[in-house]
Amino acid sequence: MTFLSVLRGLGGGALIGLAASLALVGHGRIAGISGTLGRAFDRDHGASFRIPFLAGMIALGITIAVVAPSAIGAAVRDLPTLAIAGLLVGVGTTLGNGCTSGHGVCGLARFSPRSLVAVVVFMATGALTVAIAGAHA
Amino acid sequence: MKAWVFAAITGAIFALGLAVSGMTSPGRVTAFLDVGGGWDPTLAFVMAAAILVHAPIVRLVRDRRQPLFSEKFHWPSQHAIDLRLVLGAALFGVGWGLSGYCPGPAIVGVLGGAPATLVFVGAMAVGIVVTRLATRRRPTAG
Repeated sequence: MTFLSVLRGLGGGALIGLAASLALVGHGRIAGISGTLGRAFDRDHGASFRIPFLAGMIALGITIAVVAPSAIGAAVRDLPTLAIAGLLVGVGTTLGNGCTSGHGVCGLARFSPRSLVAVVVFMATGALTVAIAGAHA
Repeated sequence: MKAWVFAAITGAIFALGLAVSGMTSPGRVTAFLDVGGGWDPTLAFVMAAAILVHAPIVRLVRDRRQPLFSEKFHWPSQHAIDLRLVLGAALFGVGWGLSGYCPGPAIVGVLGGAPATLVFVGAMAVGIVVTRLATRRRPTAG
């Protein structure tokens, strides 16, 4: 970690906080990515927020890939491991109703006890997993 | 401004924040979780800054009746700290630690990142759909 990476972390974090605030002020929605994705195609009123929100994220990702490809880092595992990890993330965030954004940013900013428990648990099992499997393949 | 344009810009800002902070690089995330090794605390700064910006806004709108583009605020309705929450968070943490991807960065990289991201997102979608089907509340008979 360098001074620049701390600055980028703070600046990027502020942008994430701004986006979470816009989602709330604009659409009254929690900017939790797992929930937004999980209910993307539900036929309720929220679809008018979820679909363009996710499209905006993906479009920005494609833009970054063109103008600053190194900003999106390489995968740290082989494909079978990523598939297992993806399944676990899908099942876990659906059961637990949230991920790093929904519980970690939005929930903690609301001082939600439920989110605090979720964050402590997923940080702990995440750290335990890295302690066992290493930080990369 | 149209509601969908506002939502798309909101998503783009969220994604930009993830990219600027370095959280779209799985190696940065696993390095944060590597507390016993070469620990990289950047993710803690990202979360702290996001919460510091968002918390005052939450306070400001908490007693408001209506957001700009919806009839009401959609606050989370669940407050129970139960086995389902803990089990879900635990499983998510394992997948997060194993890959360095959580849903946000994976979505940002799904078409712009490594093809491997597509594999992760595909598997995540399967996990979401299967879990939703398995836990769907059936209408009570009679």
